[in-house]
Amino acid sequence: MRKYYNKIDNIAGNVATLKATGVGYEELAVVEGSWGKSLAQVIKVSGDNVSLQVFSGTRGVSTGDRVSFLGASMRFSFSDDLFGRVFSGGGEARDGRGELTDNLIEVGGLAVNPAIRLMPHRMIPTNIPMIDVFNTLVEGQKLPIFSIPGEPYNELLARIALQAEADVIVFGGMGLKYDEYLFFKNRLEEGGAMNRSIMFIHTASDPVVECLQTPDIALTVAEQFAVRGKRVLVLLTDMTNFSNALKEISITMEQIPSNRGYPGDLYSQLASRYEKAVVFEEGGSITLMAVTTMPGDDVTHPVPDNTGYITEGQFYLKGGVIDPFGSLSRLKQQVNGKTRDDHRAIMDGCIQLYAKCRETREKRAMGFEMSDWDNKLLKYGESFEKQIMSFSANIGLFDALQQCWSILAEHFEPRETGIRSNLCDQFWPKK
Amino acid sequence: MSSTGRIVTVYGNMVTAEVEGTIRQNAVAYCQRSDGVRLMSEIIRIRGKLADMQVFELTRGLKVGDVVEITEELLSLELGPGLIGMIYDGLQNPLPEMAAQVGKFLEPGHYLKALDRKQDWDFTPLVAPGAVVTAAENLGKVKEKIFDHFIMAPFSLTGEWKVKSIAPAGKYKVDQEVATLEKDGQTMPVTMIQRWPVRIPLGIYRERLLPTQTMVTKQRIIDTFFPVMLGGTYCIPGPFGAGKTVLQQITSRYAEIDLVIVAACGERAGEVVETLREFPHLKDPRTGKTLIERTIIICNTSSMPVAARESSVYTAITLGEYYRQVGLNVLLLADSTSRWAQALREMSGRLEEIPGEEAFPAYLESSIARFYERGGIVELKDGRKASLTVGGTVSPAGGNFEEPVTQGTLKVVGAFLGLSYARSYARRFPAIDPLESWSKYSGVIAHEKVSWAHSFLKRGKSIFEMMQVVGEEGTSIDDFIIYLKSEFLDNVYLQQNSFDEVDAACPVDRQQHLFEMVTGILEHKFEITNKAAARDLFFTLTEQFRDWNYSPWQSDQMKTAQDAIKATLSGKEATNA
Repeated sequence: MRKYYNKIDNIAGNVATLKATGVGYEELAVVEGSWGKSLAQVIKVSGDNVSLQVFSGTRGVSTGDRVSFLGASMRFSFSDDLFGRVFSGGGEARDGRGELTDNLIEVGGLAVNPAIRLMPHRMIPTNIPMIDVFNTLVEGQKLPIFSIPGEPYNELLARIALQAEADVIVFGGMGLKYDEYLFFKNRLEEGGAMNRSIMFIHTASDPVVECLQTPDIALTVAEQFAVRGKRVLVLLTDMTNFSNALKEISITMEQIPSNRGYPGDLYSQLASRYEKAVVFEEGGSITLMAVTTMPGDDVTHPVPDNTGYITEGQFYLKGGVIDPFGSLSRLKQQVNGKTRDDHRAIMDGCIQLYAKCRETREKRAMGFEMSDWDNKLLKYGESFEKQIMSFSANIGLFDALQQCWSILAEHFEPRETGIRSNLCDQFWPKK
Repeated sequence: MSSTGRIVTVYGNMVTAEVEGTIRQNAVAYCQRSDGVRLMSEIIRIRGKLADMQVFELTRGLKVGDVVEITEELLSLELGPGLIGMIYDGLQNPLPEMAAQVGKFLEPGHYLKALDRKQDWDFTPLVAPGAVVTAAENLGKVKEKIFDHFIMAPFSLTGEWKVKSIAPAGKYKVDQEVATLEKDGQTMPVTMIQRWPVRIPLGIYRERLLPTQTMVTKQRIIDTFFPVMLGGTYCIPGPFGAGKTVLQQITSRYAEIDLVIVAACGERAGEVVETLREFPHLKDPRTGKTLIERTIIICNTSSMPVAARESSVYTAITLGEYYRQVGLNVLLLADSTSRWAQALREMSGRLEEIPGEEAFPAYLESSIARFYERGGIVELKDGRKASLTVGGTVSPAGGNFEEPVTQGTLKVVGAFLGLSYARSYARRFPAIDPLESWSKYSGVIAHEKVSWAHSFLKRGKSIFEMMQVVGEEGTSIDDFIIYLKSEFLDNVYLQQNSFDEVDAACPVDRQQHLFEMVTGILEHKFEITNKAAARDLFFTLTEQFRDWNYSPWQSDQMKTAQDAIKATLSGKEATNA
């Protein structure tokens, strides 16, 4: 028997407070009024005062609106019927195909026991040389894309989604522009990946609270598939919007901010989402890629800074390319020794030469004289950028390695590359 | 006597209960959910009848009016044989056992015994009936892995007790009685298990000593330039990606120490998994056994509940103190103390305490100081020396060392190994910044020699900076050679390749030998006038010294490398003489 309450005492920000009894922490409630109805979640109980976070915001909510409690925390339906569907950040159908109500599972579940995790050990090929060769993506990895607004991070994400081999793609969009949402939807449909994808979309015009729900629902669904042995790829964009939503809510709740207005538990909040990335012994896995836009290209901003401490490296998108210096895949060592003998040597060799090329460019900019060696480096840098770093490069790992060798051969003698001589003997292109 | 209470407030992981009866600060309480699940909590503030508790689990589903059982016992650990090689969460639940019982996920409300009750231990008595003992004196011993694990009189004993009976040599389980003590007609049964509250330092010894012996980590930059001593404390602050955790892992592998306690506090689960999966297969060169047989892992990763993260560092240090009491040299590696400080901050915020800098509580500094002060080297009651060395990583926001946790830590530690992003960016590992770091301890090489070598690094840096402005052309050849020497020292001595089988660990004699060789180069007067030739020479020397570093000690390969170095040097003198 459901009990109704008809009196809300306080409304501030997205939080409404009322008097009620027998309510559990994090329980769901429904707020109904002349403006419509919305789900809400209990975020504090104290005596008979209950604070509710209203998902659709409190705009138009009246103190006389009706509140009822559902006796359970947030749940979401899980089944294979999810494939191809689009939901809102709050978990409501967004594609007009009706709500799903079977097999409800609790959202934002428990942490995985570290003792049963496996070390990530399988490479995920993406056909992007800057990833495959230089910072290999590994199944079960959590990796953000650090980017300033305006960089093609969404294109990168969409490409990875389409080219990476995954059984299930779960997409969580937070604070997206509507056309970004359509962009992703179209790309997944064109690429024929929609039938293995599930989308959770919170657009910039949707209520802030739903932004907080988006990654939780997305990751809960992903986890269910992973437990069932599926290899799941989760794409989240943009975690900075998520963090800003956290900031908004915590300030409404009068929490003392720690750094630039963000709550003190920002690290824990981000970590509990990112840490869903996992490899299970039975073969299921979650690989998590998330966009973090950096306000003002400032990597010490609290969101990228905390993220960097949590994730296993980062792809740093700068000037339209994946920057080889700021980017790092901490797990690449787990896989790049097993691909081909020359993989690690090419990875180090090409980047060291490219670093020298950058130094030479600085020297040139300062007006120092260019030696023959300097000119070689400059030319090498151009070829490397055009053929390997460029976004248009779309080749598999072995082809990319071959391409690297031919660029090296075009500009250098084997001994100038610093690559071990036995590898040069084996792989150096014959003229 | 325990009492009960009723929940009046639930807010995040903080719960307030109204309690009838007595309440003890820091006592354990259990919040009972309406489905019967009991959530472990700790009382952290008392206001009249109200007890504020931090709950070690997700508080989802708790209601106002739910029952709280308040116990009298402070948050305590189970101590005894069988801890080594275990993987515990922050509350000392064995995680593999937990997985076997409840599956992949950490279900709230499941608590397991820390020590295996089924295992037999070979007990040897060390006292006879009638002997008089005080707290922490040895009654007997068992063999745990390669160590003698002494079974001690209870730590909580006051005054002198007489051994009424002692079990004969034989196999016993941890919870079986092995001795009975008596005093003033009172008797006390003793098993191999002791309980000790984590927040109270455990130290029963004759006296605390000054650290005098270097703890060898086999990392040249640490042992020679910024050493740590047995019983000392050190910290490793660094921005993300600078290699803090890698350095901790290397230390846990190679340090010459009896027992390593790894406390993964609020960090990535993946890193613990690496240790967890690899240590059972890696050999400890000192004992020939696997590394896991000298390791205890306390694992409270970032996605596990925050309150348990806060207590996990205390769990780890209490285990360290216990094994020091047993008589071992213990190293505690806490990664990362910033996450622990953040947990303090979260709780302080919920308690609505007046915040200090960056919203950290005002007692942050004293909490850090108390934590590190629990380390130290001591003379036990039986005259043996034992130590607990504490190393903590710090993850400063934005890599800025001016923040409260780094600053609070620097005041209380004996060595500061500051990691720099610039060095890790340039792939110079370990990325310890040689110009910012310091150590108050003495290392494996005489202090004057080290500071003489260190002066090259300082001068090299300022010459390099000058060169950025005036170019190579504007730099004198003497300065240029000093710069090359400093780079040489950096390349062949400070940097160490952890992927190379030989170079990964550099024992003391090898360090001393290499240091002499490097000193030889630093002292050498090179009569070169051409910068390109100078650079070329140092390139060659660096390459040859690296070959030496990669050669097994006293192998033919090493001899070849040594001859090559000699040839390079004598060749130079011949042409320039």
